Amino acid sequence: MKYLWYIALTCLFILLVWIDLPENYRLRFSLGSRTVDTVLNPLSLDTNIYGWRLKKEFVTKYGLDLKGGSHLVFETDMSKLLSSDIPDALNSSKDIIERRINFFGVSEPLVQTIKAGDKYRIIVELPGVKDTDQAIGLLGKTANLNFREQLKFNIPDEGTVSANRIYFNPESKLKGADVKKATVTFDPNTGKPQVALSFSKKGTQIFADLTTRNLNKPIGIFLDDDIITAPTVQQPILDGNAVITGQYTIDEARQLAVAINSGALPVPIKLIEQRTIGPTLGAVEIQKSVYAGGIGLVAVALFMILNYGRLGVIACAGLIIYGLLSLALFRLFSITLTLSGVAGFILSIGMAVDSNILIFERIKEEKRKGRNHETAVRLGFGRAIDAIKDANFTTLLVAFILFNPLNWEFFPQLGLIKGFALILAVGVLVSLFTGVVITKKLLQIFYKK
Amino acid sequence: MINFLRYQRLYFLISSVVIVAGLFSIFTNGYKNSIDFSGGTILQYQTSRQVDVSSLSERLKTQKLNVVEQEIRGKNLTLKFEALTTAQEKIVLNELKKDAGSVTILRAETVGATLGKETIAKTVTASIVAILGILIYLTLSFKSVKFAVSAVVALLHDLLVMVGGYSIVSYFFGAELNTLFVTAILTTMSFSVHDTIVIFDKIREYRISKSEDIVLSANRAVTETIIRSVNNSMTIAFMLLALILFGGSTIRFFIVALLIGTLTGTYSSPFVATPFLVWLEKRKK
Repeated sequence: MKYLWYIALTCLFILLVWIDLPENYRLRFSLGSRTVDTVLNPLSLDTNIYGWRLKKEFVTKYGLDLKGGSHLVFETDMSKLLSSDIPDALNSSKDIIERRINFFGVSEPLVQTIKAGDKYRIIVELPGVKDTDQAIGLLGKTANLNFREQLKFNIPDEGTVSANRIYFNPESKLKGADVKKATVTFDPNTGKPQVALSFSKKGTQIFADLTTRNLNKPIGIFLDDDIITAPTVQQPILDGNAVITGQYTIDEARQLAVAINSGALPVPIKLIEQRTIGPTLGAVEIQKSVYAGGIGLVAVALFMILNYGRLGVIACAGLIIYGLLSLALFRLFSITLTLSGVAGFILSIGMAVDSNILIFERIKEEKRKGRNHETAVRLGFGRAIDAIKDANFTTLLVAFILFNPLNWEFFPQLGLIKGFALILAVGVLVSLFTGVVITKKLLQIFYKK
Repeated sequence: MINFLRYQRLYFLISSVVIVAGLFSIFTNGYKNSIDFSGGTILQYQTSRQVDVSSLSERLKTQKLNVVEQEIRGKNLTLKFEALTTAQEKIVLNELKKDAGSVTILRAETVGATLGKETIAKTVTASIVAILGILIYLTLSFKSVKFAVSAVVALLHDLLVMVGGYSIVSYFFGAELNTLFVTAILTTMSFSVHDTIVIFDKIREYRISKSEDIVLSANRAVTETIIRSVNNSMTIAFMLLALILFGGSTIRFFIVALLIGTLTGTYSSPFVATPFLVWLEKRKK
């Protein structure tokens, strides 16, 4: 039984170290006559287990403040919209921002909408964008939807691919403002999803003209000069209610409706917050934090060993496992590490030490009462757990409020604070685990009379 | 056993002096506002040559761009404006390039003024909810409202010390009131209670097992936990000090706030929460 624990702890340790290895770190040293020269990389999984594809790369995800990038907050102007249209309009403006970001080819962008009172905001995070001005200009534009006619001539480049392309006239009379709304409906006969368009009074007339003139020809629907669909007119539509049918899945139909709505329910947006961090600043900050954290850790370790002797060494071992485990969890759940998060982590190290100090002081106390070694360890442990549990619960409570998982609008919704809270919470949970399980086992194995 | 409760008046005096000094600082100096709360633009550049800031701000003034604050640290230049548009930011960059040769943008932040008020309101809500949550949890866990109330009194004490202390730091070292400080306050709240619980846990134990006088229990509990409390806050203080001395500049004052919180959180548990609990317990008789 005891050996099982040795093996389990060793395996856990190796696994954690493997997950936590630095990325692309070149290891080079000489050992006697042998020279070791390899590139270290953390564990990455890509296997099939009973048909489940398991793919996971254990790498640290850094926040904008560490790797550089832009954090933008846009405020929407919904004043011209019916309140019943606001959710659709918000969804559409988020969608169009996502489309435009794709144009930049940013990796891992984040677009999210937030309601604060009667204000609707869109938060955009663009890691590693160089030209922020251009990005802001492009994202802040109101969507431009229009319906275009096929050009009379086909470019006579026979034999090339472009010959088969349909060309549309960029001059367009029917604009987004003439469309009332697009909704997903279902064909009453076939039950297939389709997109229904309704036009305004003016739009109805223009569309009637357009469809009469272009019978059996395609009409291009363009958003920001990109074609989103080109349905063929099957009959003139005079009453301003059209449907676009096609072999759509529900999701595709919904996407199409959202795209059309971003032009039909245009939402002017205004930039109210912009934070751009250059990549150099973050790199320096993280380097300094790691350095400072290292010094702090050494100081804490020395303090513990000087104060508690053998127990202190065990606490340090527990602390190392604590650090490795936390880092592994950040990587496992892809928790974004921000500068405030790093501070939260370092703070939680202090709290983890506290669990150990509580336990040790209790054990000492039981010994002073004259109990024998084993009973003292057992009782001291049991007594300490109560206080540790209560104390950590309150920290978790505060972390929960700060993290605001349901995005309640009456609590802070800032990414900065959220990052800190999440890491603090993980830190507290892990410190509970290492304090209760790991330190206990270490004590049983190594702390003999 | 040390009779800690004998020096109650001293603790009261110390707390009063610190809190009054802090409040005085708040009312006379207030805080240096960051753009998080007051709105504005911060631009931070790294330049290859030293820049003459006064001539730069003169030139910017002619273009109706007023530099509110400036700071030069080696080749790092930080400028603060009222909220700028991106076009105006470009003007600043172009003017700077005339003097500085090659310029790297380290940071460019603009916040609208409305956001700040919202953040403050939300933080206050969050704090109230957190305090209520702590009250309820402690009442259930200790099966006594008095324990919970005393812990919250110590927490409020720490809150006052922090906002006051930070105002003093703001006055002398230019610490800014920003959203990170808000985080520090909320963290301190949990830390403060964390520490108080450890002592109260002891008192509860003595009360159940021996039903002795509350003064005796309290003194005994404080005596037995004081080493642990000091040790514990020492370890946290080590970590925070290391970060202040060697860490990056962006979060320095955040860490300072956390350090103030750690110290007051440790102090308030034996010297505010415990005397208050004893007073509450005695009052009923």
